[in-house]
Amino acid sequence: MKIGVFVCHCGSNIEATVDTAAVAKMALGYPDVAFATDSMYTCSEPGQEGIVQAIREHGLDGVVVASCSPRMHEPTFRRTVERAGLNRYMFEMANIREHVSWIGKDREANTNKAAELVRLAVEKLRRDRPLHAKQFDVTKRVLVIGGGVAGIQAALDAAEGGVEVVMVERESTIGGKMAKLDKTFPTIDCSSCVLSPKMVDVAQNPNITLYAYAEVESISGFVGNFTVTIRRKATYVDWSLCTGCGSCTEKCPSRHTPDAFNEKVGETTAINIPFPQAIPKKAVINAEHCRKLKSGKCGVCAKVCPTGAIRYDMQDELVTEQVGAIIAATGYDFMDWTVLGEYGGGRLPDVVTSLQYERMMSASGPTGGHIHRPSDGREPKKVVFIQCVGSRDRSIDRPYCSGFCCMYTAKQAILTRDHIPDSQAFVFYMDIRAPGKMYDEFTRRAIEEYGVNYVRGRVSAIQPAMRPDGSMGYIVRGADTLLGQQVEVDADLVVLAVGIEGSRGAGHLAETLRISYDKYGFFMERHVKLAPVETNTAGVYLAGVCQGAKDIPASVAQGSAAAAKVLSLFSKPKLENDPQISVVDIKRCVGCGKCIRVCPYQAIKETVIRGETKAEVVETVCQGCGLCTATCPQGAIQVAHFTDNQILAEVNALCLS
Amino acid sequence: MDTIRLDFARDANFLHAVEEESGQNLSTCYQCGNCTAGCPGAQFYDRQVSQIMRAAQLGLKDEALGNRSLWLCLSCQTCTARCPNNIDVARVMETLRHMARREGRVQHRPIESFWKAFLDTVRLTGRSFEIGVMADYMLRTGRGWGNMDIAPTALAKRKLPFLPHRIQGRDEVARIFKRYAEKRS
Repeated sequence: MKIGVFVCHCGSNIEATVDTAAVAKMALGYPDVAFATDSMYTCSEPGQEGIVQAIREHGLDGVVVASCSPRMHEPTFRRTVERAGLNRYMFEMANIREHVSWIGKDREANTNKAAELVRLAVEKLRRDRPLHAKQFDVTKRVLVIGGGVAGIQAALDAAEGGVEVVMVERESTIGGKMAKLDKTFPTIDCSSCVLSPKMVDVAQNPNITLYAYAEVESISGFVGNFTVTIRRKATYVDWSLCTGCGSCTEKCPSRHTPDAFNEKVGETTAINIPFPQAIPKKAVINAEHCRKLKSGKCGVCAKVCPTGAIRYDMQDELVTEQVGAIIAATGYDFMDWTVLGEYGGGRLPDVVTSLQYERMMSASGPTGGHIHRPSDGREPKKVVFIQCVGSRDRSIDRPYCSGFCCMYTAKQAILTRDHIPDSQAFVFYMDIRAPGKMYDEFTRRAIEEYGVNYVRGRVSAIQPAMRPDGSMGYIVRGADTLLGQQVEVDADLVVLAVGIEGSRGAGHLAETLRISYDKYGFFMERHVKLAPVETNTAGVYLAGVCQGAKDIPASVAQGSAAAAKVLSLFSKPKLENDPQISVVDIKRCVGCGKCIRVCPYQAIKETVIRGETKAEVVETVCQGCGLCTATCPQGAIQVAHFTDNQILAEVNALCLS
Repeated sequence: MDTIRLDFARDANFLHAVEEESGQNLSTCYQCGNCTAGCPGAQFYDRQVSQIMRAAQLGLKDEALGNRSLWLCLSCQTCTARCPNNIDVARVMETLRHMARREGRVQHRPIESFWKAFLDTVRLTGRSFEIGVMADYMLRTGRGWGNMDIAPTALAKRKLPFLPHRIQGRDEVARIFKRYAEKRS
């Protein structure tokens, strides 16, 4: 075997603390190494050309590149060796940047360590065998989880591209958080006016199947061939008959049901359609508050329903869908701000969240678009907005910025001045983050045109205090750090810009999808800069705030990006698997079945060969994780390119040389 | 106010000393102002807590130590409770107070005298002795019958006993004082 070794300078990234020429010289002494050199940027065009030429001139059978982490450039160099006529798997990479030059300053020690890593790669390469990918069919359908604006955009773009879309939405209507907003920044255009047409498009597009009031139960399979089980929660209404006429909601006697769509500002009926533009516009019974379901006595809705759609005995139903790709667009929820006692801990009636305030301003909201404070229904004349409630707060383990609160607070302050011209609006802020297009101009407009009082400082306490006229006021005490003084406002209403975290249940869904998530419930993208839409699981993509805080334009853009990723995946007639997967040695396998039980991908099944039970790997399903290899008591199942022999050869090279 | 030449006035050693002695990382303060917002003494301060934190952060020793606020601080710890970055602000104030005292930069003598008077009675009787504190304080400051008007009410409510309540283990308490005196010398 003839092996070529290329040691990369990576500019000064490696060369500054590793003598790459010396590493190349040492490599020439390793077994089977026929050629070794150092190069400035191996990944550049001339660098790759050097590899191709060396393979041709020296008749090399395999190549080792000692450079950076394989995460970025292993695919690059595999293509390079393939271009020169080698099998793409006759290539190994030694990471002498992240593992050597970036973490140590001692040039001599670094050079020796780099040489040892190259030796390991050479020993592994000597035992590599050419591998060939298997081709398999793709189900050209995509599952979109979450029907907020990001999911809607992804679904519409994918459907437009000719792909069948299955959309699963947890609530009884799509629209997500955006459907709850009154207006949007920085144009102050009506949120439902821009969103509703898109929601209607989802309902009418023949390529989109919508499962509202449903959740993903389980997922099996792999890129191109996922099997998804969806739980359709019992609505107690036969949606094929329901026309959304609303007779039931008019007559329902259980009128004290918390109104989830209106963020619990006001109450609604036990049978309910969340809002006039709901898609699908179908009624759902809240089982916790329905008299018939709780005590068996009522049945008014069944009597008044003109189509006879009420089904009190309805049960959850499981449906199965086959898809080739998945887009997660599950959005966000507010963090629990009631842990912050200084803002009343949720006990003060006129301290509301920004989303509750949004419903209080919305024409479709519980107050019909007139701002009345919850405690006594009076119109507030002094409204205090507090930013960074929970965000950027290490004391409650939420150190991050929630991204869009600065902008919507400016919008809400403007709308307050608009709705109630003789009102005063105060905004307590720490920093104004307005980097988007027309964003800073928008916050300046709030201050300059609408006379909103921006106070630079945080609020330390909100104390209810009875005023001489008998009305309830709230003493908001804060600091103006620019003045260097304590300040107070006797407010009528306080609006909290509460920080966000991953949607409730996001962690559980991430585990179902086999993708990573952080401790705040946000899903992890494959690469922060270069793969912000992909995940570590092939075929699973991200859109919207489930990946991290972003506003509507960015969520829509990511929705489109995720759809584009799906369309490009589906543009190939067949997909290829990674052949670095498990292989069973039938002579050694005793058919104990331990590998079948540990496999997280259900990629191993039982088979009978000449009357004996053996394990068999489904090549397109196996992801090469190696759990079976570690479990097999016989050493009969081995991951190609990561065999025990190869790993032991590397250990020997390190310990015995 | 004079312009501060940050490059010259910045005293990195002072900043490190404050961080070391208080055990707090001042660079985590992002000047939100919540310490000032909640401070019950703020209206009497000549420099607000958040401004003192800023001065310490920049290593401006004169600004951090040369103010009355350090001496008016009640050590109620509201600043510590409110800090979103988990800085023990009250501890930083305490540290600065000790530093100012060590350097003879006490900006409000009567308060220092009151503390000394209080500690004297604790050292002698093992616990607080109100009339003793009053007498000691008057002697130290030369102030006359400053708060004597509250004496009748306090006497009637038996808040001002003429003799100290002596506790068991006075010697042990005295030893604590002695140990600290030795430690400091």
